[in-house]
Amino acid sequence: MAIKRILSPFNWLLSTVYHLIIDLVDLLMRPLQNILGVRGMAYVFILPNLLVFGIFILFPMLLNFYYAFTGGTELFPENRPFVGMDNLNQLFTCEDFLSPNSCREDLFWRAVLNTGGYVISQVALLVFMALITALSLNRNIRGRGFFRSVFFYPVLLSPVVVALIWRWILLQDGVLNAILVSLGGERISFLLNAQWAQFWVIIISVWAQMGFFTLILLAGLQAIPTEFYEAAGIDGATAWQSFWNVTLPLLMPNLFVVLVLSLIRAVQVFDQVFNFTGGGPGTATTYMVQYVYTTGFANQTKEYGLAAAASLVMAAFLLILTVIQLRLGRRGEIS
Amino acid sequence: MKKLLTLVTLLALIVLATSVAAQDAPVELRITWYDDGSEGAVLRDLLDRFEAENPDIKVIVDTVAYQSILEQLPLQVEAGEGPDMARVTNFDAYKGFYLDLRPHVADAAYWDASFAPSVLAALRTADDPADALFGFPNQFTVTGPYINRTLFEQAGVEVPSDTMDAVTWEEWTAAAQAVAEATETQYAIAMDRSGHRFAGPAFSQGAMLFNDDGSITIDTPGFRSMADLLVRWHQESLTPADVWVGAGGTYSPGLPFFVNGQLVMYMSGSWQIGALVRDVGDAFDWQAVPNPTGPGGSTGMPGGTMMVAFAETEHPAEVARVMDYLVQVDTLKEFTERTLFIPAHLGLGELNFQTDSAAAQAALVTFANEVPKLSEQAYQLQFGGQAFAINNPIRDRLTQVITGELTMDDAVARIQQDVDDALAAAASS
Amino acid sequence: MRTVLTFLTNTRGKKRLSLSDWLTYGYLLLGTFLMFGPVIWLVMSSFKTQAELIRFPPRLMPYRQEVATVAGYDEPLALYDVTLEDGTIRHLAQVRRVGIEAQMVDPAAPEEIIRVNINQRTPVETIYFSLENYTLGTERFNFWVYLGNSVVVTVAATALTLLINSMAAFALSKYQFPGRDAVLVTTIGTLLVPLSVILIPVFLVLQGMGMLNNLSGVIIPAAATPTGVFLLRQYMLTIPDELLESARIDGASEWRIYLQIILPLARPALAVLTIFSVMWRWNDFLWPKIVLSKSELFTLQVGLASFGGELQVQWDLLLAMTVLTLLPITFIFAFLQRYITSGIATTGMK
Repeated sequence: MAIKRILSPFNWLLSTVYHLIIDLVDLLMRPLQNILGVRGMAYVFILPNLLVFGIFILFPMLLNFYYAFTGGTELFPENRPFVGMDNLNQLFTCEDFLSPNSCREDLFWRAVLNTGGYVISQVALLVFMALITALSLNRNIRGRGFFRSVFFYPVLLSPVVVALIWRWILLQDGVLNAILVSLGGERISFLLNAQWAQFWVIIISVWAQMGFFTLILLAGLQAIPTEFYEAAGIDGATAWQSFWNVTLPLLMPNLFVVLVLSLIRAVQVFDQVFNFTGGGPGTATTYMVQYVYTTGFANQTKEYGLAAAASLVMAAFLLILTVIQLRLGRRGEIS
Repeated sequence: MKKLLTLVTLLALIVLATSVAAQDAPVELRITWYDDGSEGAVLRDLLDRFEAENPDIKVIVDTVAYQSILEQLPLQVEAGEGPDMARVTNFDAYKGFYLDLRPHVADAAYWDASFAPSVLAALRTADDPADALFGFPNQFTVTGPYINRTLFEQAGVEVPSDTMDAVTWEEWTAAAQAVAEATETQYAIAMDRSGHRFAGPAFSQGAMLFNDDGSITIDTPGFRSMADLLVRWHQESLTPADVWVGAGGTYSPGLPFFVNGQLVMYMSGSWQIGALVRDVGDAFDWQAVPNPTGPGGSTGMPGGTMMVAFAETEHPAEVARVMDYLVQVDTLKEFTERTLFIPAHLGLGELNFQTDSAAAQAALVTFANEVPKLSEQAYQLQFGGQAFAINNPIRDRLTQVITGELTMDDAVARIQQDVDDALAAAASS
Repeated sequence: MRTVLTFLTNTRGKKRLSLSDWLTYGYLLLGTFLMFGPVIWLVMSSFKTQAELIRFPPRLMPYRQEVATVAGYDEPLALYDVTLEDGTIRHLAQVRRVGIEAQMVDPAAPEEIIRVNINQRTPVETIYFSLENYTLGTERFNFWVYLGNSVVVTVAATALTLLINSMAAFALSKYQFPGRDAVLVTTIGTLLVPLSVILIPVFLVLQGMGMLNNLSGVIIPAAATPTGVFLLRQYMLTIPDELLESARIDGASEWRIYLQIILPLARPALAVLTIFSVMWRWNDFLWPKIVLSKSELFTLQVGLASFGGELQVQWDLLLAMTVLTLLPITFIFAFLQRYITSGIATTGMK
């Protein structure tokens, strides 16, 4: 390739520099290795990542845990009164958890119910669409590379941009309504109606994430040897049977990864929806993370303790969900 | 090798040059600012002039979304990472973090004499010195409605306020509805999605809110009557649902609908004059009309933006010089005249607003006449330290009534609970 | 039904186009339309004037109304084709519109004002890609400053991510040491808690470290990605230990092994992580938003978010600026898409 030829002096330079660096690092680090030993170097390798991770992710999480048991509106933890379980109690004071209006923190339970509905439908649709797309891309078709990229493109877009693109389309005077009118329909205020807003929130998130999960499934499909299908064909299996008996079982590990990842993401849904509907109309698309964000960050009276408590509930819920999934996944692998 | 040497020398020279320059570099001060219209540009002009006369100070204006003033600025200030100065509306959120300018300004008595004592006091807590100067209001606002007069004329409907001194919200609603039907205009009436906008009409309808013991009561017939009216506007599609329903959890203006001629009557406030002049142009005749009246009288809500200084600044003396410059009669007068704001300064004298628009001039007079009519409760809500704790729950809960998530009874109870919670949380720390 | 079923199992290896092939192509083409359509619509809209943007029904191509400079009027006036009462059609310029009446003049004879009903006129239009949205937008939006910040953040954070994640992954995959599993489980466990719920503690930590209003506050904290560590570790597990052993016998130090053997062999996984990291950092919005409050430090996403908040109705500028923010990543994607998608497909989830 021409590009490669043009780049070759550049490559040569790069590899020379790289080897220089290796020699230099080697020179500097060898004394350290002599002190710590080979095994000890593992700690050196892991240290930078662990430091950054510990300071900026783990420590804030522990701090957040502490916040959950304090009250008031002070920012710094040392000024906050310890209130024990008050925040959690406030969250769980409820006559009937399925009817948010009966709860002390009705908005939290609305968010929980909304999130539940969203997770179930979004994950189902996402996995289904990703599977269909992966199966299509796995066929012997022209332009596979192109199509594969096409479905992946929206994955690269930021949540802010995705939200804006779709709001522009779904406006009252937007292009989708124009199409509806030209087909003889009525204009619909998509984002002013609770059901429509919930519907579109799911659609755009599937639109934006599908490509990623498609690729994971596609990798699994391509790893299935053709002989398996041939064998199934000789045994006289119908297409449907070989899908059930060959494709699905062999795709299970990848499907499982897709399921776990998409579920975690769905429970944590926030940026995109927040920029898209702002949680509205009313509270129809307010999900758990947004509840935490508004309570602890966006509201004028910042109830950090309550927000932290809600985030604990969410993390606990996710943990249970993931453990169950892992258990099921392991059992699936054994059988 | 020679090249490398030259490069190193060059780098050394640059470092040297910058460090020399840094020695007598001007003090850098920052203002966090938001824009309703073009006031940021006017401020910049004024600051440029200040910088020319005071080469030792450089002022940087960070223009942010209004949302950031409400959400991030309080956090930054509390963490000691805020700017030196800011333009704020949520001045309660920064109490305890302001810089007392009194020791630093040349003529503190001028400050005291120039603004209503209650407004300056709105920045202080009980622990602060009773005469602390934490900032000044650079804009006074009054809420009130605008109408599209051209549409009234085309419909042949008389503008109620032309003939009557006291028009109720119900009468205005009926008139706007008649105009919208006659002219096939999409919407009759709208109000910004804001508890602050709602409060004036609610007081007019007889809402009380404040009890003698300092507690708050939401559930009064007056409050319900305005809330019911707002819900009725939505049920009968008199109002663009986008404003209250489509906005999610934030403030949302009805301005675009009015500007585009899709709306007959628009409840907002005096700060929109500049935007109306700019965006309506001569597309139609608009007019500010007096606040409707009701059992509780006729009142809008006072409001305004405060220019404040923060105590964490490293350069209090320089901050005070900038603030003192901005507060002077000449500066504030020019700012007011060019931004078409209502001044909060009591002694600016005759103002010569810089606009060719007769509608704007008339609107400024109308809103100026609204100021003396503002009720005591309206002042108490705005400057009593509880404004956002009361206004936001009203806004959010009424939206839930409009979308059908709550009944009015539930909503009123929830607002009460939200307000009590917020006040309790604020009191406990 | 039969065709649907073959579709479910078919793999490659046939020549003739069957019905199920047609269905597949149909689906993929529809998918292409749905994936690209919204973005193309955004791009087309970004060239439209404000007036064209609020038009209903919207048109695909951007049009602009013709204007004429008429003697006696300072501003150019908009041109219309007007059907007069006698049925003739004339080319007139509009002076102003009052309600349902428009006051118009003939550009050739500007003295006489002609009053017409607004329904009697149609605008004279030509296709016009309005670059004003872009020029005005970049001016007001401080685009180049934000772009510079975004590039610095993305490049620096990605380089740092690759380095420390691969080091950690090397340790976690090729060494036995006490605490290894604990580190691994904790790392993956934090995937369960999104940043948006621990904003306040993160903010306090950044403040304590003096990293607020500093690009390093966006670059460093983001570098220790759990996903990156996990992905690289899984890949490095497939590198045979014998390679390391023989290198050690040859007297290579651990760092030499890491730099000279592991990193080159892990290139496919590193490439995937590079792409992810670029994507994450370029699109990051919440973290930079809490770290950066000085406008000269804003990244594109933060700028865009505050721009959108401020000018909710100024779709013309907002759309143009959105297009600009997604251009760089689209270009990277267009050139590297083959490597990106096949890289993820082959290394992403082993």
